[in-house]
Amino acid sequence: MIDTNGKRSIIRMFHVHRNYGTKKALIDITLDIFKNDFVFLTGASGAGKTTLLKLLYSAEPVSEGQVLIDGMNLSRIPRKRLPLLRRKFGIIFQDYKLIASRTVFENVSLVLEAAGKKRRLIQKRVAGVLRLVGMEDRHTAYPPSLSGGEQQRVAVARAIVGDPKIILADEPTGSLDDDSANSIMKLLHGVHIRGATVIIATHDKALIRKTGGRVLFLKQGRLEGSSIIDKYYDNSMF
Amino acid sequence: MIILCFKRAIEDFRNNRLLNVITLLTISLSILIVSAFILFFINTSDIMSFWKKGLRVMVYVKPHIPPSQMPELGRQIKSLKGVKDVRFISKEAALRQLKSQMKRQASLFENLAKNPLPDAFETQLDVNFQSWEKVEALATQIEALEAVQEVEYGQRWLGRITQIFNLFTLAGYIMCGIFFMAAVFIVANTIRLVIYSRRDEIEIMRLVGAAEHFIKIPFYFQGLMQGAIGAVIGLTILLVAYWFMASNIEQETFSGLFTVRFLSPLMAGLIILLSMLVGWFGSYISLKQYLKT
Repeated sequence: MIDTNGKRSIIRMFHVHRNYGTKKALIDITLDIFKNDFVFLTGASGAGKTTLLKLLYSAEPVSEGQVLIDGMNLSRIPRKRLPLLRRKFGIIFQDYKLIASRTVFENVSLVLEAAGKKRRLIQKRVAGVLRLVGMEDRHTAYPPSLSGGEQQRVAVARAIVGDPKIILADEPTGSLDDDSANSIMKLLHGVHIRGATVIIATHDKALIRKTGGRVLFLKQGRLEGSSIIDKYYDNSMF
Repeated sequence: MIILCFKRAIEDFRNNRLLNVITLLTISLSILIVSAFILFFINTSDIMSFWKKGLRVMVYVKPHIPPSQMPELGRQIKSLKGVKDVRFISKEAALRQLKSQMKRQASLFENLAKNPLPDAFETQLDVNFQSWEKVEALATQIEALEAVQEVEYGQRWLGRITQIFNLFTLAGYIMCGIFFMAAVFIVANTIRLVIYSRRDEIEIMRLVGAAEHFIKIPFYFQGLMQGAIGAVIGLTILLVAYWFMASNIEQETFSGLFTVRFLSPLMAGLIILLSMLVGWFGSYISLKQYLKT
């Protein structure tokens, strides 16, 4: 599908359901996300935001329906090709998911090592990305010694170092103070400007108002609506 | 990539020291026991071969057989399959030999009115004809000759030892099999525990797009390293024990007739390779089970 600006879909979901036993986490979700979109996925806790993200990077299977990522149908991807699919994503987890026994540098370089990049390139790219997120001075530190904001910046660095097509961020500012949250959002915006599709799951309405973008509303597992919020102006949705 | 995986394996080794030390001890012990068995078999086989080389059958002739029939009897024995050579020993020659061997007990022969020894044939066997079944069959054939009083092959007991040795060999194979399985099981469990302690890390690796081989190879390295180090420790302990024991055994038991030898470099290399295979196999089993989930 192509949107009004002539952009192609990078993510398509057709009548997607996700059940955990008898509990329905997602019900009949159909949506398109276009290349270089900046999308907020919002809703109350338990609405299915994290579940929807997990379906996208194939951490969980769909119970029913189809998901297409950059033309790849997730239900038809053989297990061996899953890593290739996941390299299309840069994921920022709610709980950061940094490896405690590895330094900041090693955590970020893991993505490139896993992709089989050359050592020299890894050194250069990781140093550059750490500079971008303002963590170059702490590259030898271990995650447990970092503040929440610093850990989130490392998580952002890890998400963007592989130059992915899609950034998925699950409550990226959830536990951060305003300054740290602003700095993370600036980084994500920067990645978006450089061409990536950014999808942010958040229940923080203030953050959406402040940032602006396309908003998808989830309520009790159903996609209730979609709208475009202009930065600081359109508050009618809230 | 390989260097990186090797580095990760060493890190894991360091981070899970206790687990790895226990695994190394188990592998070392298994290798020590298996190698000790192999060493025992090699040296026992050497001793048996040494004894078998001197295998001969003594044929004693009935007392009333005249000396004129001896050449014919000798020819009959020599014509039998498996006989390489036959030497006649007259009863006079046998007595002379006995006297020369028992010079210190010469008084025993002083009152000897009659030579009590029989005429005899010393029969040497073909090298290819030294299995116990064949020797026994030949003895029966010789005993069936009319002029023969008795057949004796002094190393009759060697047959029984061979049977015991074969029994030991079988027990050895079974023991080696048991230790092999035990070592695989223990390595598999160690790797499983290491995987469990790193499950979050593995999950993160998968989520950032690491291929399965990227996750698996460090664990394979770890298994191979455990196998190699365990084998070297086990073989070193065996070598030290061998040094302590070998000289005493040689001096006291074999008086230079026979040399107790250690495992050849080729055999030691094969044991190390086998141990590495055990380590790898343990890792493989654990990873297969874990990554399936």
